Amino acid sequence: MSIDKETAAKVAKLARIRVEDADLPALAQEFNTILGFIEQLGEVDVDGVEPMVSVTPMRLKRRDDVVSDGDQQDKVLSNAPDAREGFFAVPKVVE
Amino acid sequence: MAELSTLTIAEARDKLRAGEITALELTEACVAAIERAGALNAFVHHTPDLARDQARAADARLQAGDAPSMCGIPLGIKDLFCTKGVPSQAASGILNGFKPEYESTVSQNLFDAGAIMLGKLNMDEFAMGSSNETSVYGNAVNPWRRGNDAAALTPGGSSGGSASAVSADLCLGATGTDTGGSIRQPAAFTGITGIKPTYGRCSRWGIVAFASSLDQAGPMTKSVRDAAIMLETMCGHDPKDSTSADLPVPDFEAALTGDIRGKVIGIPREYRMDGMPDEIEALWTRGKEMLADAGAVLRDISLPHTKYALPAYYVIAPAEASSNLARYDGVRYGHRAKLSQGDGITEMYEKTRAEGFGAEVKRRVMIGTYVLSAGFYDAYYNRARKVRALIKRDFEQVFAEGIDAILTPATPSAAFELGRETADPVEMYLNDVFTVTVNLAGLPGIAVPAGTDGQGLPLGLQLIGQPWEEAALLNTAYTLEQAAGFVAKPAKWW
Repeated sequence: MSIDKETAAKVAKLARIRVEDADLPALAQEFNTILGFIEQLGEVDVDGVEPMVSVTPMRLKRRDDVVSDGDQQDKVLSNAPDAREGFFAVPKVVE
Repeated sequence: MAELSTLTIAEARDKLRAGEITALELTEACVAAIERAGALNAFVHHTPDLARDQARAADARLQAGDAPSMCGIPLGIKDLFCTKGVPSQAASGILNGFKPEYESTVSQNLFDAGAIMLGKLNMDEFAMGSSNETSVYGNAVNPWRRGNDAAALTPGGSSGGSASAVSADLCLGATGTDTGGSIRQPAAFTGITGIKPTYGRCSRWGIVAFASSLDQAGPMTKSVRDAAIMLETMCGHDPKDSTSADLPVPDFEAALTGDIRGKVIGIPREYRMDGMPDEIEALWTRGKEMLADAGAVLRDISLPHTKYALPAYYVIAPAEASSNLARYDGVRYGHRAKLSQGDGITEMYEKTRAEGFGAEVKRRVMIGTYVLSAGFYDAYYNRARKVRALIKRDFEQVFAEGIDAILTPATPSAAFELGRETADPVEMYLNDVFTVTVNLAGLPGIAVPAGTDGQGLPLGLQLIGQPWEEAALLNTAYTLEQAAGFVAKPAKWW
């Protein structure tokens, strides 16, 4: 399966990474190189094998459903590129 | 007292406890060594004032007789670890200016034991790389050179700054992280010891996530004993990481008896790669002889799915990365692109991520996006997870047949030159061919310096252990270290 310029553009869009049109052919070529390497997996007989979910057999621990943290608005916002009046600020989302 | 920075952790601990040196003297020696070593570009954020404060506190604890092994030991911390109030940006432009309001569990464990942070260490961006060349800070440099050849060599990656700093005696030990070999490959390239523990031994909380099912932290040190001491302090159950194992942490140092008589060491035939340099082959042979001389039993084994580990890794790791790195959107922390008139939130995401991520990170995020996208999820991602299950089964079968540990080369070559053409990303991926199986199977693995190549560069061997058997693994590594007697140090040019 070969990736063309249009597919590369679609993947970039899905990943929310801007890629200039001029850079798309080279990107598609890189994808093809990497995917060509990955294609080897097609040789493996995986019939009846369950996909691995957790590398260590473990049951995830449960905790009590109680508030254990909070009241840290200043800390939460301290690294924001744009924070106003106690909120994260972003460009207009809805018209 | 400048030479104090050359001490091992074990030596420094004993001198500190005996009152022969103070933590402050030790710290000043390291700070001075770091200031002279700018050419290595290992430390990228310096915290000498914090280090001095921690050193004074450590000296008080030592005086009071309440001093754990790591008390007063100056360390470097990989930039992937969030350290409170200190820049932590995973060597990425997208986390420019980020200062966490919290401390990673691993660094907190070290500080609680009295360890000292000298600063943050260089690495590949988001730990994606094998040469430290994807860093926003520029690459770290290997203190080792090929004889009198001044060509700059890679310290390996992703924990390249950690490897360079420990090898050059800028600090006594450093934290690293390992997703596909990022502790073991740089350790081998710089003549130091590095262990990746069993998945779940070290809490991942507060470590910037790359591929969550593979990432593990571990120590990078000047000796196996130091690795045992430092690992014990780093690991332990943490309720803040749901995959952290609720198991007691053994006294790893006490396990270093040097007695491995009767232990069965597996030699996997699939690790004999086509085109492997003779020097690597010879090192592996010497390693087998050393373990046999120590009374271990060697047995040829087969791990038939080894060949498929790298391709499986290059589906699973990018897939997890594309999900983990979705959080870098220019809203909550780090870089936000300057927007043009009329730009909406989608343009903000796209421009921020295009500006903030480097080329390799973008490549992996997009590959991950592709293999997870509708129509390809089964063909790529699910197939890779099935192959991963088979790779793990290979190891389970040999362990069930009585194998205690597995001996392999750590890397397919010695350290290579920086700036080498890397037009083919897959070529760089092959660096991890001997290490990546261990992450996929969640096992502990350790790289031990075992010799040098014809040009005087260090070479390492890797030992792979059974899950949760770090103590036995460290003892086998200790035995190998004693037999190899690797004491070479890089000639100081920086």
